[in-house]
Amino acid sequence: MGKVGTIARRTFLIGSAAVLGGVAFGYYMYKRPAANPLLHGLGEGEAALTPYVLINADGVTLITPRGDKGQGAYHAQAALIAEELDVDLAAINVDPGPPSPAYYNTALSSEAVPFAFYDDGFLAETMRGVMDAPMKFIGMQITGGSTTVPDGWEKLRVAGAVARETLKAAASQLSGINTTAIKTENGRVILPDGQEMTYEELAPVAAGIAPVTKVRLRGPDEWRYIGKPMQRIDIVAKSTGTQEYGIDVDLPGMVHAAVKLNPRQGGDLIAFDAAEALKLRGVSDVLQITGGVAVIADNTWRAFRGAEAVSCDWGPALFPPEQEEHWTALAQAIETGDHDSRQRDDGAAAEAVQGGIEAEYRAPYLAHAPLEPVNATVWVQEGRVDVWTGTQVPRFAQAHVAEICGVDAEDVHVHVLMMGGSFGHRLEDDVVRRAAEVAAQLKGTPVKLTYSREEDMLHDFLRPAALGRMKGAAKAGQVAAMDYHVAAPSIADSQFAERQGLGFPGPDSTIVQGAWDQPYAIPDYRVTGYRAPKLAPVSSWRSVGASVNGFFHEGFLDELIHEAGADPLEERLRLCFHEPTRKVLEAVGEMSDWSGPRPAEGVGRGVAMVASFGVPCAQVVEVRMTGDGLRIDKVWVAADVGRIVDPVNFDGLVKGGVVFGLGHAMLGEITIADGRVEQENYDLFEAMRMDRCPDIFVRGLETGEKIRGIGEPPVPPAAPALANAIFAATGQRLREMPFARFVDFA
Amino acid sequence: MQITVNGETREVDVEEDMPLLWVLRDELGIKGVKYGCGIAQCGACTVHIDGEAVKSCQVFAGDVWGEVTTIEGLGTPDALHAVQAAWIEHQVAQCGYCQSGHMMLAASFLSETPDPSETQIDAAMSANLCRCGTYPRIREAVKTAAKMMREG
Ligand code: FES
Ligand code: FES
Repeated sequence: MGKVGTIARRTFLIGSAAVLGGVAFGYYMYKRPAANPLLHGLGEGEAALTPYVLINADGVTLITPRGDKGQGAYHAQAALIAEELDVDLAAINVDPGPPSPAYYNTALSSEAVPFAFYDDGFLAETMRGVMDAPMKFIGMQITGGSTTVPDGWEKLRVAGAVARETLKAAASQLSGINTTAIKTENGRVILPDGQEMTYEELAPVAAGIAPVTKVRLRGPDEWRYIGKPMQRIDIVAKSTGTQEYGIDVDLPGMVHAAVKLNPRQGGDLIAFDAAEALKLRGVSDVLQITGGVAVIADNTWRAFRGAEAVSCDWGPALFPPEQEEHWTALAQAIETGDHDSRQRDDGAAAEAVQGGIEAEYRAPYLAHAPLEPVNATVWVQEGRVDVWTGTQVPRFAQAHVAEICGVDAEDVHVHVLMMGGSFGHRLEDDVVRRAAEVAAQLKGTPVKLTYSREEDMLHDFLRPAALGRMKGAAKAGQVAAMDYHVAAPSIADSQFAERQGLGFPGPDSTIVQGAWDQPYAIPDYRVTGYRAPKLAPVSSWRSVGASVNGFFHEGFLDELIHEAGADPLEERLRLCFHEPTRKVLEAVGEMSDWSGPRPAEGVGRGVAMVASFGVPCAQVVEVRMTGDGLRIDKVWVAADVGRIVDPVNFDGLVKGGVVFGLGHAMLGEITIADGRVEQENYDLFEAMRMDRCPDIFVRGLETGEKIRGIGEPPVPPAAPALANAIFAATGQRLREMPFARFVDFA
Repeated sequence: MQITVNGETREVDVEEDMPLLWVLRDELGIKGVKYGCGIAQCGACTVHIDGEAVKSCQVFAGDVWGEVTTIEGLGTPDALHAVQAAWIEHQVAQCGYCQSGHMMLAASFLSETPDPSETQIDAAMSANLCRCGTYPRIREAVKTAAKMMREG
């Protein structure tokens, strides 16, 4: 793995991908390529160079600007560049690079437009293109929305190809041989007579010539990496305890900080008494920061202990203090009838559901709770601030630190480290801001701030709680109508507008994500979203709105299919108008032998399909009643990402997503009492463990037109497939998560 | 006080009640051992004391009763322990943060139970938590490691 830190000055940069990243996506006002951040501090005459490939005395370094939170993003990005550059993945360095607008995320902007993933009509495509310009303008260097591969698919391969062709041109200049006769292999250029030059040797020459930007990308039959099983570049480090994470940062003279923040998230600190804490061994300081105090000590545990010893007077919560009030607020949001969006309105749903069935569904707040608690190390020096942290939003963090420390953003150097999980938690930069507040008060001393697990969970930004009310009707053995209403607090308001200062006009489509955009042709069909007033602070949680709506929509659809007396899989297939989605449904049917012999008494199977982030994913779950409760025996999963970059990593991410989805559906909830989160650690916020983990069978399909990411799509179908299986086994319909409130699991 | 870690005896000046986890990480700079919860729930902090897997957040520095082994002492990239080799073969890790603990737990479990059943594996390994959901691969890797260890 690449070293962390600044990129050496004596470095040669090759190629011109920034330009291609722009022109490939259409016409905008703002179409000048973003400046190459790697050029900072380099000499004149090196203008149009790529931000992705770096060659110096240390060898070849591939810049992988999307952060790695466990999904193999560094690996996937490196593989795409290496495919064209002809380097051995085992022999290169990777570096996440500095925060820069050059690394804006194109694919994320495509998610922000109000068109369903299957809509490739002129208007939808045009809007996706237009959205790209503002994204680029604000330089959204964000890791999220399962976009790493879709975003990098073209630009990273082009970056690799441009660098390769430019190196060949350099070799041609030196040897006088035409580039068409020159080959590349394993970090070397090979001349017709067999003479070889390493990329490192050629770099100085390559840096001095105009980059070759006219390149042809290799076709699938020429691929060496893409689609083949690979060893992830971080796997050895992560199997030997040698992977460095944010929490492992150690700098000479560094002090350790812990926080005690108002347990009522976002509330004020009124007064505090640090006398007891300051008596403790190793505690050197207690500093006031936003919403609480930071205790400075010479080791993490001493800082934690010091924080416990500070007594604080806290201000009240900024939201309703009891959970029941949150449910009431959600119900009222629907009852007012004042809707935020109605992105699907086919036929006359309101009339067509008369005389049919109705139901209410609930999803609780959830914490992200990645295993590595959030942390950040900040060092404020004269005219320069350095930040080391695992983050999905380096540019936001950079801007906030600059503001807090009173320096220019370009003087804030963010070093992005490997993340010990995130699930969306590290889309928030709260911990970085707090660490900067502390470090600004201790100028000259590096400060590592580590949240205790309890502080991490008390101050998480939650997956929105949501409430759904649906009506529907079946006719002549078929699902005929669905009128779907869902209310949730707004992620756009809380995460983006309130905390990042980015207000987006229009509806918050995350409220209905995973419902309005499902490729089912129900004749009378309406999906309405309601934006609840401000409740607990909320944020993106792995698969975002689809984590709620996937359950509500597929659960209620299953009820309607039951009402119709139809087969759950057959009826979904009949309703589905999107060919790749039909294929994943057919695949799980075949894998699970759905139409084969009926399961034994006490065994139930449920199917669900949710398309999210452009990926249709279908799952069949099989449960069995035992003397100790329900046991999940098997799960069959099929998903279509268009093109699988690495089948081994794909399989792992799908299985992990299923475990994550099932575990939270069974056990996960965050509740609010007295204005604070009640679950502060894993004893109360339980997750699936190995003894409850089913056998999971995965099939990846590649029929889709566009390449998509797989980090999130396996999560949403797990909960409804489980609920539907429990119904099949027991006749009990579960409409609220977590299911362990209503049934026992063995 | 003195503490022997990965074959080396080190002098540390810490409170009796400082958890071994923090002695290792912050006093001795051994970072393969991880902090996840501090309350015996996650097992990210698992190390061996005299070959037995323990959650180091639950052991006071003053109570350490034998030789401590961390993931760094189990094996290295150049000299892998069978468990680590199996973890690489199955590409278990996603974020990887829990995996040192899982490997330490597996190594001690397999030294006591060289030929485990699936149920025994599930029961033993459920002491630890993986938020990324790598359990299916941990299960396979434990089986592979067991085979490698039996075959020497
Ligand atoms: S940190 Fe010791 S069990 Fe979680
Ligand atoms: S691999 Fe991320 S917690 Fe286990």
